Amino acid sequence: MTATFRLETPAGPDDGTPSPAAERDTLDAARPRPRGRRPRAARRGEARAGLAMATPAIVLLLGFLIVPVLLGFALSFTNARLISPEPLRFVGFDNFVRAFTIDPTFFRSALNTFAFAAVVVPVQAGFGLLLALLVNQKIRGVTAFRVIFFIPVVTSIVVVSILWKFMYQPEGLINSFIDSITFGAWQGTAWLNDPDTALPAIIVLSIWQAVGFHMLIWLSGLQTIPEELYEAARMDGAGTWRQFKDVTWPCLRPTRIFVLITITIAALGLFVQIDVMTQGGPVDSTSTLVYHAVLTGYRQQQIGYGSALSLIFFVIVLVIALIQRHLTRDKD
Amino acid sequence: MAQTPRTRRTRPEASERRFRSRRRVWSYLVLVGLAVFFLFPLVFMFVASLKPDSQILSDLGGWRAFLPVGEVGLDNYSAVFDRVPVGQFLFNSLLVTVLIVVLGLVVNSMAGFALSRLRWRGRGLVLSVVIATLIVPFETYAVPLVYWVAHLPTLLVQDGTVVYDIGWLNSYEVQIIPFVANAFSIFLFSQYFSTIPTSLDEAARIDGASWFTIYRKIVVPLSGPAFATVAILTFLPAWNQYLWPTMVVQDEKLRPVMVGMQYFFQDNPAWGEIMAYTSMITLPVLVVFLAFQRAFVSSVAASGVKG
Repeated sequence: MTATFRLETPAGPDDGTPSPAAERDTLDAARPRPRGRRPRAARRGEARAGLAMATPAIVLLLGFLIVPVLLGFALSFTNARLISPEPLRFVGFDNFVRAFTIDPTFFRSALNTFAFAAVVVPVQAGFGLLLALLVNQKIRGVTAFRVIFFIPVVTSIVVVSILWKFMYQPEGLINSFIDSITFGAWQGTAWLNDPDTALPAIIVLSIWQAVGFHMLIWLSGLQTIPEELYEAARMDGAGTWRQFKDVTWPCLRPTRIFVLITITIAALGLFVQIDVMTQGGPVDSTSTLVYHAVLTGYRQQQIGYGSALSLIFFVIVLVIALIQRHLTRDKD
Repeated sequence: MAQTPRTRRTRPEASERRFRSRRRVWSYLVLVGLAVFFLFPLVFMFVASLKPDSQILSDLGGWRAFLPVGEVGLDNYSAVFDRVPVGQFLFNSLLVTVLIVVLGLVVNSMAGFALSRLRWRGRGLVLSVVIATLIVPFETYAVPLVYWVAHLPTLLVQDGTVVYDIGWLNSYEVQIIPFVANAFSIFLFSQYFSTIPTSLDEAARIDGASWFTIYRKIVVPLSGPAFATVAILTFLPAWNQYLWPTMVVQDEKLRPVMVGMQYFFQDNPAWGEIMAYTSMITLPVLVVFLAFQRAFVSSVAASGVKG
């Protein structure tokens, strides 16, 4: 982590880069301290302090993450509702059977979610890398562009969704722009009202909003590559493309894995854009797993069914993350 | 370093220079084009927030959409204040965000300290649970979490007496407490703390300092960048909360800014007012970002190196 605090050039005393002396000490610290030398009372004091200082975080993580996750697992097999006259009842696999057999929206939502991720993951990762390469050039004013490309990231996705919803209207900015660059040859369309264009339209704004984040991740990866490697490659007569292929790309391996996994998890969780822009429509063409789970589980108050859908979503995320982990590890 | 200097396949000097400068021009063209792409919706938002609805729509066809021309004024802003309690929403969001960030810094840094610098029974287990929870997206337990908080006990003050009640829905705590402890923050803190030499701890121990004193007087003052990183990374999602408050807060007096958006879509959307409202809730974040952009950039970079 420390290496990455060096992103901006001037290395002040407070930019997180440890002094050489500190680094030496860290190495010492990593070595286990001899156990028997310290009196037992001191060890007990340390153990008590450690537990005490970690307790608030442990209690909160247990209470608001681990218990809810396990509770969701349990509720998936019940008929739980948020406010219900009926008593809580165990219903076995009913909720899962319902999802896979009699709920066509669930199937459509899964399909939409995968389609969204299948486009967003490679495009956003690639576009982010391209931006990172552009803003990694040593030219004047390049920091300003880094800041500009990052501005959509700090803008709330709720705001971004509303803005683009307005721009996507039939008489909106997007259509009038298309109209003017094609000299009226193509009139545009009602992007969000057409089942064929609604999801692609949402893909565009999602990438627009989030790509700056991954640009910075790529950039920090690029900046860890030692300049000597490029010098050596140039000595061997490598051009720009060869330098990228033989130096940049292999050196970015750890960054690549991180970018891949984080974009995938974020893309599979698509919710706000749908909720603000289309409410899953037209005809379920933009409903997603999370949107459907929230809609049934919360808005229709069927907590049990919503929990089951969330559990399915969780398993999907987990499986995909593990597959990616496995694939990226195998290449070693 | 190379003893036999291989002849580089270089172009002649002059052509090399021309190639370089042409490439630079292209770089700038591309960069400026991309800057337009990333900025135009926001420029449009701020400009439109100053215009009456009829003019927003009539300006859509051309460059005027991006220029503050014609009938420009702050009417939309005052209309927003008439329609919704903006001040209350901003206060709620600010309160929730500040408490999540500040409590989070305390709780997570203490946990990071305990996990990275102290030896205690259960440490390994806690560490692996923290790392495992890193990949659990909030969306997967949001629905059961609603059920859970709806059944938690709470103490209310009613007519001067403290009343025991069930259910956290419609409160500030339900917007804050579930987000204080954060596995990723704990992870970042413990990573950072492990780069601070433990010889400092030992010296302080010999002087009779307690572990908490070591945390507060030695480790915290040396970890400014880690605190900045965690503050920034938790500030943004806290301010932007949407899914959670739509589920657990129905009381208008407790709503945060993002949920306040819903008031504008009830009947005919008044786009000028919507743009004014979105401008108002975006501007504070943009100002903070531009003021601390260096810290933002290094925070994001730090979040990327998980090993």
